[in-house]
Amino acid sequence: MQRSVLIRLAIFVVATVVAVVYLVPSFVPKDAKGEPQLYEWWKQYLPTDRIHLGLDLQGGSHLVLEVKVDKAIENTVERIKDDLAKVGKDKNIPITEVVRQGTQIRIKAPAASVDKIRDLQKTEFTNLTVVNSQVSGGTADMVLSLTEKELRALRDATVDQSLETIRNRIDQFGVSEPVIQRQGQQEILVQLPGVQDPEDAKKLIQQTALLEFKLVDDTRSVEDALKSGPPPGDQILYGQDRTPYLLQAQPLMTGAYIADAHVRPSSRLEGPYVELVLNNTGARLFERITAENVKRRLAIVLDNKVYSAPVIQERIGGGRASITGRFEMKDARELAIVLRAGALPAPLEIAEERTVGPSLGSDSIRQGVISFIVGSSLVVIFMLVYYKGAGLLADVALIFHILFLLAILAAFKAVLTLPGIAGIVLIAGMAVDANVLINERIREELRAGKSARAAIEAGYERALPAIIDTNVTTFLSGVILFQFGTGPIKGFAVTLCIGILTTVVTAVYMTRIYYDWRISTRKLTRVSI
Amino acid sequence: MELIKPGTSIPFTKYRHIAVIISTVINLTVIAFLIFRGPVLGVDFSGGTVVQLRFGQKVTIPEIREALGKLGEGEVVIQDFGQEGSNEFLVRLEKTTVQLGALNDQLRTNLSQKFGPKGFEIRRIESVGPKVGGELRQKGTWSVIAATIMMGVYIWFRFQLRFGVGAVIALIHDVLVTIGALMLAGYEFDLTIVAALLTVVGYSVNDTVIVCDRVREHLRKSKRESLENIINLSINETLGRTIITTGTALLVLFALFILGGGVIRPFAFALLVGFFSGVYSTIFIASPVILLWEKGKKSTK
Repeated sequence: MQRSVLIRLAIFVVATVVAVVYLVPSFVPKDAKGEPQLYEWWKQYLPTDRIHLGLDLQGGSHLVLEVKVDKAIENTVERIKDDLAKVGKDKNIPITEVVRQGTQIRIKAPAASVDKIRDLQKTEFTNLTVVNSQVSGGTADMVLSLTEKELRALRDATVDQSLETIRNRIDQFGVSEPVIQRQGQQEILVQLPGVQDPEDAKKLIQQTALLEFKLVDDTRSVEDALKSGPPPGDQILYGQDRTPYLLQAQPLMTGAYIADAHVRPSSRLEGPYVELVLNNTGARLFERITAENVKRRLAIVLDNKVYSAPVIQERIGGGRASITGRFEMKDARELAIVLRAGALPAPLEIAEERTVGPSLGSDSIRQGVISFIVGSSLVVIFMLVYYKGAGLLADVALIFHILFLLAILAAFKAVLTLPGIAGIVLIAGMAVDANVLINERIREELRAGKSARAAIEAGYERALPAIIDTNVTTFLSGVILFQFGTGPIKGFAVTLCIGILTTVVTAVYMTRIYYDWRISTRKLTRVSI
Repeated sequence: MELIKPGTSIPFTKYRHIAVIISTVINLTVIAFLIFRGPVLGVDFSGGTVVQLRFGQKVTIPEIREALGKLGEGEVVIQDFGQEGSNEFLVRLEKTTVQLGALNDQLRTNLSQKFGPKGFEIRRIESVGPKVGGELRQKGTWSVIAATIMMGVYIWFRFQLRFGVGAVIALIHDVLVTIGALMLAGYEFDLTIVAALLTVVGYSVNDTVIVCDRVREHLRKSKRESLENIINLSINETLGRTIITTGTALLVLFALFILGGGVIRPFAFALLVGFFSGVYSTIFIASPVILLWEKGKKSTK
């Protein structure tokens, strides 16, 4: 008996020391950088992480972005459609019309072409599938769409690429410890701790940043095109000052070849400009384009807005280009970031936004701590009055429970949120439940005339099934809550579940060590209960 | 000290008919209100925007309304928030202004014109799109239902089917009473309320577990005693601990309700009501259901 008590006691002492070590960084003062002030040897060998605070406590922005994948699918289908028309023409297959309808391709052709188109689909366009094919009066009407597999792959790729692009942009925006992760089918969760005014960040994230170089169509006048619509193959886009431009719709080059982009200060009075550095392929392509189009105007189009349309004076080698416009320094910097990080494959829509200021966060922490102190004090006093010695034991167990709970939160880098704090307060009230069940049972056994020792042993043993069952049910609801919840609610679920584990350990096993020690050292004749 | 003296024998099961009638009426009323009026939904579920503002000086709601001017479409609800004299207000914009994007800037500009750039502070902005709101609402409802069923299955697995059924019906009662109290108090339903309801489900079942545990113990010992007497005896014997375990939880919840701040208050309120209802429902709902089940079985035999 003596030995088993010693072993268990030793385990608890070790667990307590480990818990304290994990909690030290969270409770020592912070230095100027917000890092805990610890000795060098501590930093080298021991944990240095503070308990992580959720955005609702430390302030910051939480965004959920929906990737409009259908737009990316439409773009892909549009490209395939052009390709299909071109290949059909090359192979001399008579086709009357090829159009894109949403995410599908519709082909009108003479009935005789149907088999040839089907062969073409089977050999060269295997990512397509024929959805519908009708022949009436010598003309065929076919509808093709991307295969299920292709669609799924495209959706995944679009979301992944968006995520990567957003990550690049935010990294360069300079936010410490951002969270950027995929959520569900086509959503991306972005958490920006410390960001108070998320408008800039949102603008930066949402910008498509599709850069295109398009030739200005000088053969026709813009005025005519404005009146009667652009001729086939052309489009009208506007400049920053709403000047219309008539451009060839097919871009000569896109921003996909950008290796680097940075802001250059203004040489004259025009404000800063953004200089692009192209990669090798891009540089060669750009050289060829400029060589072929000397004296023509090349429009630099970003997200369908014309930034400038300078006349190409001569062939441009070296792979450098610049975007000028009336920029503020801040806008120029953001433009450089999005160009460096690359274009988004699909537009993003903000589905959810939660921003909390730092003052509210610290108020919440203060209120949480006060409720905790008041609430747990009430419980401690009640237990002491109601169960005397056994109540004191339960109170000691409660203190250790809180120590372990916080240590586990720190050790597992769990995020503490406002509902999480509420959870810690709540569990202080639940933690003594096991002690209540044990103590009531011991009282019952004593009333039945058992000796102190027998009553304690029977009390623990008979109360245990109910203790386990009650805690399992609460734990289960915590697990469901974790599945369901978002951000702050998950924090509550985590503290609830961890707290239940620590209460069982401290309230049942730890208090038992005390009684076993008393029983083993001297005659335990009466229990204070 | 003892709250319930040993040997206490309150004939709880005798009052079960009247208790069942009262509870049924309350539950049906809540269901009717849920169907015909529906709860007030927070932005989490309905979509829209809520802004928490704090002012440096004393301001009135009409002043804020005037300063805000036109912000998006739909109704703008402004209400007092936080403690007395803290000059905090919640502004609720019905139409989601997520698409407008520059809401933050617009708010700041509009308020600065009247109160000066340092006269106010935007403490919190939450915007939820209508689609997300609908999804969350559905997921929230299902998670509460799933948790309730899971508790029943667990009790069935650990004890007997009839105890599980009793527990589930008692939990439905607790959830409905909590929802009714929230509606009556005028609290909005949001994610934290769902968290509270799930916690109520997980915790209220504890008292049922304690009683069932005792009933099972007695059933093993004596085969001759009637189930009604056993249940009554078990409720009386465990009454002290059900009251105390829930009581300690209620103590901390009172502290949270009063001191925890505006965001936590509805959450603490829901738990207070739900836990309290949990004790009641164990005695007056779960136990009669177990008895009824038994009688039904006997009459079919």
